[in-house]
Amino acid sequence: MSQSLTREDVLRIAELASLELTETEVETFTRQLADILAYARQVQEIDTTGVPPTSHVLGATPLDRADDPRPSLPRDEILKSAPDPSMDAGLFRVPRVIG
Amino acid sequence: MSQPGLSTIVQIRDAVAAGDASAVEICRTALAAIEARDPDLHAFTTIDREQALARAADVDAGHDRGPLAGVPIGLKDNICTRGLPTTASSKVLAGYTPPYDATVVERLLRAGAVIVGKTNCDEFAMGSSTENSALGPSRNPWDRERTPGGSSGGSAVAVAAGFVPAALGSDTGGSIRQPAAFCGLVGLKPTYGRVSRYGLIAFASSLDQIGPLTHTVLDAAICASVISGADPADATAAAEPVPDYVAALTRDVKGLRIGVPAGLLEEGVEPELASLFQAALERLRDLGATIHSMDLPHAGAAIPVYYLVATAEASSNLARYDGVRYGHRTGRADSLRAMYNRSRDEGFGAEVKRRIMLGTYVLSAGYYDEYYRKAQQVRTLIRGDYDTAFAEVDVIAMPTTPTAAFRLGEKVDDPLQMYLADVFTVSANLSGLPALSVPCGFTGTNLPVGLQLTGRMFDEAGLLRAGHAYERDAGWWQRSPSA
Repeated sequence: MSQSLTREDVLRIAELASLELTETEVETFTRQLADILAYARQVQEIDTTGVPPTSHVLGATPLDRADDPRPSLPRDEILKSAPDPSMDAGLFRVPRVIG
Repeated sequence: MSQPGLSTIVQIRDAVAAGDASAVEICRTALAAIEARDPDLHAFTTIDREQALARAADVDAGHDRGPLAGVPIGLKDNICTRGLPTTASSKVLAGYTPPYDATVVERLLRAGAVIVGKTNCDEFAMGSSTENSALGPSRNPWDRERTPGGSSGGSAVAVAAGFVPAALGSDTGGSIRQPAAFCGLVGLKPTYGRVSRYGLIAFASSLDQIGPLTHTVLDAAICASVISGADPADATAAAEPVPDYVAALTRDVKGLRIGVPAGLLEEGVEPELASLFQAALERLRDLGATIHSMDLPHAGAAIPVYYLVATAEASSNLARYDGVRYGHRTGRADSLRAMYNRSRDEGFGAEVKRRIMLGTYVLSAGYYDEYYRKAQQVRTLIRGDYDTAFAEVDVIAMPTTPTAAFRLGEKVDDPLQMYLADVFTVSANLSGLPALSVPCGFTGTNLPVGLQLTGRMFDEAGLLRAGHAYERDAGWWQRSPSA
């Protein structure tokens, strides 16, 4: 591949992907992702004029289920999995968003 | 099982039914074998001793008499189990305990199975060797310096080492079939939609399927019958009726048309594996099948298409790990944004980050058409090749892998080399087709090798019939690792 992936590309993708990479990771990924993309470029040589994309392989339309109300999972059990739950208020706590 | 004659589902089930062994005895034997030998092999990440023994006692008390009554089973750690930690071998889910069972787990329990624990895998099922597990790799019982394959490597080790007669894995690009081949087992990747994915931790939603790893095709057929079928909790689980897979095993393959993609076999298959593959075809011919050379013109593009599609879907699926509702949260963040980014950086391993990065890139503005959409179009062509082929043949045969199990550490630093090892397995996932790996011999250094059969949509019965006829005639399954 002539045009290579740059360090700036990697930082931009990391931001889109919500990943805070270490300096070592930025270096390694710049090299490795460039290699993988160079390899993946071979798909661009295949003629796909007029070929529709496949996003899934389901034969028929997905199944509908009966719209019967069912109990949801117990709130407390779900909250117990959270890193910082407020059991009393029934909330997930996160760092302050609005100053 | 260390008792001779109790290594398969059928043997155990029959022994329990006849009263020759109690489910509790079987379970204790399994737990003891795991305790003695698993610290070295590392098949399991969590053992559920108490629950397993309680379940086994239930079976003995006669409350459960299903097709798996008293049969100990391992579950890949990306399949949710109520009350039992499920981490997908990732630090981001360390200690996570699901509040519900996956549909396959409910079905196994209803069939009388005794779940003994969760098996090791590559983190989020991303890998071909278990070396991407945050908990350390598993070892291949045939040669402990080698990988058992992946990503369902722990499931393969648990069965190959004789701890349990069956384990479930998941297969997104070969993750059941490749470890089955590397460990001398039968591995079935069902048709997309055949088995409910409810409760399977998502990697690539248009490719993922759950399936069994077992010693024999008959055992795989029993498991497939139990776990298949429609599910109101998964809209992609097909309504197609589930045939009796066990009844399909007639050993009759007379007139079965087997296609062999000639060109594909030039793709770096080691000579020893190529000749074992040819010998397997000969045997099938002797049993009455006919062999036809055929072509899959776009098969060469399957790996790049797979890695573009799978990583795109993974980047989307793994966006949910944000440190808010479950999973790892960083201890050092004073803003919401920093909390997300640092939690994810600390929680995910290198391969998972690499795939999230690649997937995010191919979905991003400016590259979407060039990579992702293009890959989806070539996916259509790959699928079309199979449709065309299945007008002429009933089953397509390939080696499951181009090499036997590689050494631990051999490919960890070269992700692209690791990806290339999936050359024969990814197409079935891209096309949605069922595929079965059956042991087809051993290399000169006593490493097992697999024959892969791919069939028409929802023709698991045809695949299992062909695989069973071959297996009974060849008899490879009776060999076990001395390790």
